[in-house]
Amino acid sequence: MSIDKDTVKHISKLARISLNDKQVDSLSKDLSSIIRFIEKLNKLNTDNVKPLTSIIDASLKSREDEIRDGKIRDQILKNSPENNDEFFVVPKVIE
Amino acid sequence: MTDLSNSTLVDLIKGIKKKDFTSEEVTKSFIKNSEKSDKLNTYITKCFDQALISAKKFDKKKDHKGLLSGVPIAVKDLFCTKDVKTTAGSKILNNFVPTYESTVTKKLWSEGAFLLGKLNCDEFAMGSSNETSFFGNVTNPFGDKLVPGGSSGGSASALAANLTPATIGTDTGGSIRQPASFTGTVGLKPTYGRCSRWGIVAFASSLDQAGPMTKTVEDCALLLQCISGYDPNDSTSIDIKVDNFSSDLTEKVKGLTIGIPKEYRIENMPVEIDELWKKGINFLKDAGVIIKDISLPHTMYALPAYYIVAPAEASSNLARYDGVKYGHRSKGKNLIEMYENTRSEGFGDEVKRRILIGTYVLSSGYYEAYYLKAQKVRQLIKQDFDNSFKSVDAILTPSTPSSSFKMGEKEGDPVSMYLNDIFTVPVNLAGLPAISVPSGYDKKKLPLGLQLIGKPFDEQTILNLSLALQKRINFKRNVKIWWK
Repeated sequence: MSIDKDTVKHISKLARISLNDKQVDSLSKDLSSIIRFIEKLNKLNTDNVKPLTSIIDASLKSREDEIRDGKIRDQILKNSPENNDEFFVVPKVIE
Repeated sequence: MTDLSNSTLVDLIKGIKKKDFTSEEVTKSFIKNSEKSDKLNTYITKCFDQALISAKKFDKKKDHKGLLSGVPIAVKDLFCTKDVKTTAGSKILNNFVPTYESTVTKKLWSEGAFLLGKLNCDEFAMGSSNETSFFGNVTNPFGDKLVPGGSSGGSASALAANLTPATIGTDTGGSIRQPASFTGTVGLKPTYGRCSRWGIVAFASSLDQAGPMTKTVEDCALLLQCISGYDPNDSTSIDIKVDNFSSDLTEKVKGLTIGIPKEYRIENMPVEIDELWKKGINFLKDAGVIIKDISLPHTMYALPAYYIVAPAEASSNLARYDGVKYGHRSKGKNLIEMYENTRSEGFGDEVKRRILIGTYVLSSGYYEAYYLKAQKVRQLIKQDFDNSFKSVDAILTPSTPSSSFKMGEKEGDPVSMYLNDIFTVPVNLAGLPAISVPSGYDKKKLPLGLQLIGKPFDEQTILNLSLALQKRINFKRNVKIWWK
């Protein structure tokens, strides 16, 4: 299967990446060749195979439900491109 | 005085302990080399002043505790380091200064090592040649315009050029072992869950592992021991006893059985790699190992399955880069446009490709055809290994299907680049430990590696076999310094 330009535009919208026409063209070509490569899997019958969802057999360890951090607002905000010392600031969402 | 930067990690630690030389002398020797290494472009961030302060402070202290006492170590710029810029090779994290330390690097410092710098890598560890970094290509010390492999390319080059005594990389589909093979160094990807992933910039969470990159197998065992262990901050790290890899290291491997998988003998593989593989088999026979032909029938499906699983996980993991919480932000008329412009400007081409592939295979209507299919194939690949390990203790293969190549050689063809990882990717899909050991040269005088794959949490066996190989191969890293 190939990934046409409309599909590239659709998935780039889903992934929140803006693309210009030139990028759409070259991505359509690149992604198509990757998908063709991936589709080699279709030759393999997997009807009765259980999907592998976890690579480790061990079950998750439980732990006490306790607060181990907190009061680190300044640290969290430190790397934000824009903040008002209390919150992240983003372009206005609600008019 | 002998050139300290040429020493192994183990010898440096011994020498510092015996007071043959000081931590400051050691640190200065690596800084001196590093300062003249701009042509290799291995560093993203240099921490030389701070490293010297740490070394001097160390030399003044009376008791020198820790397994890595007094050595400077540069690490891949994928590990968060407190108060030191951490970029993952991306423009989108160009200004990110973590307020916390990754567990793996914290472990290094608690053993007495200190940070020398942050090393270049492919953007978000996505690449096999270190040509996708926002900070430029890394050059292989084995030749100008030659790639060091990737994604831990800066780490591999820095190590091979004596800019750091050892280093830590990460491996999602071969990112430690392939560059190790391309630079004549040792690189080990531990069992999934052996080391904590906390504080490592995430690429594909079910595949990523941190691991040591070193000059020798002895150094590798020591470094692995230092970074292994359960971490409550990473629920996928496993609470299992960490072996004493270093002191249990032995070349006595007599009686072990090694599997040789016929599926790794691929078409068009260079004759030299086939010969190297045979040489490895003979050396192991000489060490008393029993050789057994095995089959891993689903090997050919590993790479296509990987290029569903890894991009799918990456597209989810990289959703966090939105220009709000940290990193680069672009302007936009509204919130959505700000997101879209930030991600368009912040990510490079290969990262965009993988996010889009991941988004596509997870999008409505395609999930079963791609992602679920890949998880089923992953099961079959794991079963292949499980079956083989009923009758063998480890598996020997080449590390890569070729030696290092010229920069730009695989440009414009993502799939031909992906094929580089054909021998390394199955291991990540099955969560197994594997090591690449430098084993010889091809006609172009470029290094080649052999890979040993082990049972889950049996790094010791592949380290022991590697030591047996190392002693017999007697590999010399013939790096001529041309870049100063």
